[in-house]
Amino acid sequence: MTTMTEKTKVEIIIDDVAHQVNAGGNLLQECLSLGLDLPYFCWHPCMGSVGACRQCAVKQYRNEDDRDGLLTMACMTPVQPGARISIADPQAVDFRAGVIESLMISHPHDCPVCEEGGECHLQDMTLMSGHNYRRYDKKKVTHRNQYLGPFINHEMNRCITCYRCVRFYSEYAGGVDLAAQAAHHHTYFGRHEEGALESEFSGNLVEVCPTGVFTDKVFSERYSRKWDLQTAPSICTGCGVGCNTAPGERYGELRRIVNRYHSELNGYFLCDRGRFGTGYVNHAERLQQPQDAEGKTLDAETAAARLREIAGKAIAIGSPRAGNEANHALRRLVGETNFHGGFSAAEQACMDEIAALARDPAFHNPSVREIEQADAVLVLGEDVTNTAPRIALALRQSVRNRAYELADSAKIPHWQDAAVREIAQRERSPLYLFVNGATRLDDVAEANIIDTPSGLAREAFALAHRIHADAPPVGGDGEGNAEQLARIAEQLSAAKRPLIVAGAGSGQVELIRAAGNIARALHKRRGNGGQKPVDLCLLTGEVNSMGLHLLTRPENSLAAALDKLANGEAENLIVLENDLYRRAPHARVDAALNAVKTTVALDLLPNRTTARADLVLPVAAFSEQQATYVNYEGRAQLAWQVHRNHSAARPAWQWTGEFAHFREALNDCAASAPAMARLAEVLPDTSHLPGGGKLPRQPERYSGRTAMKANLNVHEPKQAQDPDSALAFSMEGVPARRDATLLASPWAPQWNSNQSISKFQDEINGPLRQGHGGALLLKRGAGGAGFHPVAETDGTTGIELAPAWQIFGSEELSARSEAIRRRMTDAYVAISPELAAGHGLSHGAAVNVRGENASVTVLACVRGSMPAGVATLHASDRDIDFHGLGARVSLAPAAGDTPAAQALDRGLGELIVSDLAREG
Amino acid sequence: MFSLIRDTLLSQAVTLWRVFRKLFVKADTVQYPEERPYMFPRWRGRIILSRDPDGEERCVACNLCAVACPVDCIALQKTETEDGRWYPEFFRINFSRCIMCGFCEEACPTNAIQLTPDFEMAEYVRQDMVWEKEDLLIDGTGKYHDYNFYRVAGKQIAGKGKGEALNEAEPVDVRSLLP
Repeated sequence: MTTMTEKTKVEIIIDDVAHQVNAGGNLLQECLSLGLDLPYFCWHPCMGSVGACRQCAVKQYRNEDDRDGLLTMACMTPVQPGARISIADPQAVDFRAGVIESLMISHPHDCPVCEEGGECHLQDMTLMSGHNYRRYDKKKVTHRNQYLGPFINHEMNRCITCYRCVRFYSEYAGGVDLAAQAAHHHTYFGRHEEGALESEFSGNLVEVCPTGVFTDKVFSERYSRKWDLQTAPSICTGCGVGCNTAPGERYGELRRIVNRYHSELNGYFLCDRGRFGTGYVNHAERLQQPQDAEGKTLDAETAAARLREIAGKAIAIGSPRAGNEANHALRRLVGETNFHGGFSAAEQACMDEIAALARDPAFHNPSVREIEQADAVLVLGEDVTNTAPRIALALRQSVRNRAYELADSAKIPHWQDAAVREIAQRERSPLYLFVNGATRLDDVAEANIIDTPSGLAREAFALAHRIHADAPPVGGDGEGNAEQLARIAEQLSAAKRPLIVAGAGSGQVELIRAAGNIARALHKRRGNGGQKPVDLCLLTGEVNSMGLHLLTRPENSLAAALDKLANGEAENLIVLENDLYRRAPHARVDAALNAVKTTVALDLLPNRTTARADLVLPVAAFSEQQATYVNYEGRAQLAWQVHRNHSAARPAWQWTGEFAHFREALNDCAASAPAMARLAEVLPDTSHLPGGGKLPRQPERYSGRTAMKANLNVHEPKQAQDPDSALAFSMEGVPARRDATLLASPWAPQWNSNQSISKFQDEINGPLRQGHGGALLLKRGAGGAGFHPVAETDGTTGIELAPAWQIFGSEELSARSEAIRRRMTDAYVAISPELAAGHGLSHGAAVNVRGENASVTVLACVRGSMPAGVATLHASDRDIDFHGLGARVSLAPAAGDTPAAQALDRGLGELIVSDLAREG
Repeated sequence: MFSLIRDTLLSQAVTLWRVFRKLFVKADTVQYPEERPYMFPRWRGRIILSRDPDGEERCVACNLCAVACPVDCIALQKTETEDGRWYPEFFRINFSRCIMCGFCEEACPTNAIQLTPDFEMAEYVRQDMVWEKEDLLIDGTGKYHDYNFYRVAGKQIAGKGKGEALNEAEPVDVRSLLP
């Protein structure tokens, strides 16, 4: 947000040395951009300045002859050409020492038992400001802690009242349940009562808090200091956004995930699924050895040989949660014609449409940073908070562009956070949500258009027609909200940078087509003079949905594979990291599996598909292998291996035996799939490293090297070698502060916390000095397609069924993580109060949902804002035949004493929605 | 030339005289192991983990000893009791690597890890030089008798609530408006 439009450089003099800095910035930000050490607390690169902590005081002089100068807060002082300041001035140094001393007056004697110790901004700043002994001999102020849920620990005594937590939690992320309470030295940051923090971004408090008030509870259970964590640059596998993460490993366990800065994508923040959803890597049930149908263990060579043996007459089904190399190796093994995508029918249709629109020159698929710059947004049918949470956080920032506009008109710099909020009051850039019920973005939305999925599509098509007359009109009752649609059309057309968001999560291809029509109408309206494309953000479901789609032939859908198998067109089946029962009607999967001779499943945890397989091959988890993933923008990124898996589990591409090295798999993938041509660009150039050298995965002060494994054998084993990458499984190599080509965990002298990231940026909030790696794969063609015709209504009646997504529970693997399970709801069907009353259902009661070919028992979730014609179903981790239900369903109360109903014991207590129709 | 010869002979004579004189001085040699020398309490020998005056484990598994160790021969894992006390799940010292530098003792914020005057640590089997917590933990306070980290730290444990540590005021009532 603090990126200024103008980037003119001006000269200022700091401690008698002239520096070139950005005009329009503040002194603190520019000092940090220059790499100077100036302590601070309340300022945050993404949240601007409020001048609360007084720690960044510097001396400012009027002119060359001014010897006295004035103390000023660097974070609140705009850069002026020719300004003369001093960081080292004795009075400024003294002032800062005084400030830190008073901040530390009530800080407890906790560092040895604090999870922040060793990566604590407060420790760093205390040392930097020169404070060591507490002179104040009165009593310390103490506070009682609160239970804040399974993710976050609260230790309020450690607070230094910088207000960063509430500024992030409520102002930046829109949370309502964390606030400052009491006053003066009694100030308390907590909830009104104990309970889990509701925001989907609560985990960022761990990184935002400069000390140990909010710490990672999951990490604390299996804790290691930062200097003991083996870390490598990785990619979050929780959804299709592709946020950059830095997983840390110790003693063979994946211990935690922290944010890894990427200026275009996640910036400084992750969602809680990404941060806390990787516990499945350490799951006790992880598949460790190849097994046959009877559960008998096979040795790896026999199993691999068996896979190759059956591959000749096999159909393979790829996986959107496996990397490109795994999918490609399987494609190579069975041949392109026999390789099928692993999407459900609805998702496949959506992905086909998304891929087509992603190549259209009229559109631009914006990065997360670009989403924040949109000044009018329309979200079509996608519950962004639950399908791509990081994007929801970016949308929340986009509504502030109106505030920045007002600030510009009053000549207030954007980093003056409190002033910008003050001038804006409740003015926001428009955000419209076309949804089937209340969402977590409602508080910043201008209005919600609530309808059934088919109704939303009709209205969206009508909106496109309103924006440009060339878009096909909708006949009949498509204009239910004529007045509102007219206003939306007007605001989108008037916007400088409008953005349309849709995605595969809605499961409605018509909504994606409608999104295409609206964006095309906006593009046409701008005229034809070679203008900028329109931002059209199309979200994909899983980490590599886009990659898998690019590797699969258009006709090779999962449905086609199941048909071929059921018809006996192939003898064997190979399933890569995919639970088919989550993707297709159970009856069709059963029919296919019954028809084949041999089924081989490659996966990392047992599921319904591996249970039916004749041969199960264990594969490495995301942190145990190197892989490339393609995110929603078509950005391919490389996730490095963090640690080794000592069981027989290995990357899926290794099982196929097609390639000896990762690089071969990657290069062959790039060479044999035209859409993947630029994939090889994700490999960093490490030729400049001395001696063809390596970069270390372990920090310089990694401890216990000669004792960790001494209980097994006092004779230390040779360091593990990594022939597949530029990283070493040791602390050997060029450290990141000398070469940050692969920056996993930032560290700089005196800067042990994550705030050290500024030492790796040329400019605050800019890209990393060495770049971020990754390559945008999709090339836009010449000449766009035309408008899509409006969908015909099929005339069927009944309750429309749509998927309901939950940040905790919808993603297959994170739902196996212990921490996430504590926040998961049970399977439910969300319906309107009218529907509930009509069927005699109450909130939380068991209900039978009957569809075309299946019937499932779930809990009823009655939501006041939903329209009557739709039911949204959340399967959680239950064995629910969602795809067997079809497009229309009927409801009936289920007896509470059946085993199916009794199995639903998790309840709906963890559901955080604003429109629950509570009884009484 | 003459002075050189004179000085050399003189030097020889002085040396002989000095050696001769030692014949009548009590010998410093100790008949170890039958006879044992007095070892000073601050001698840097075998490492132990001590307990606080209340008999609880002093080590809070902060990892500072491990990171201070120049030969990286200390490995441990933090875990926590129900009431919030940190302690090591395992604590291992590889004495075949240890150089008895005492950095771990200097780094220890709770006086848990201490070096003792015992230096007799030779083993026939090198594997026996790897000591676990059961081998390291003693029943006493070691050299430092009074210090109890948890009485000073702000973290709450059983028997010591918020505001009950050294120099701490009663916990704040956030709903009160009084100063």
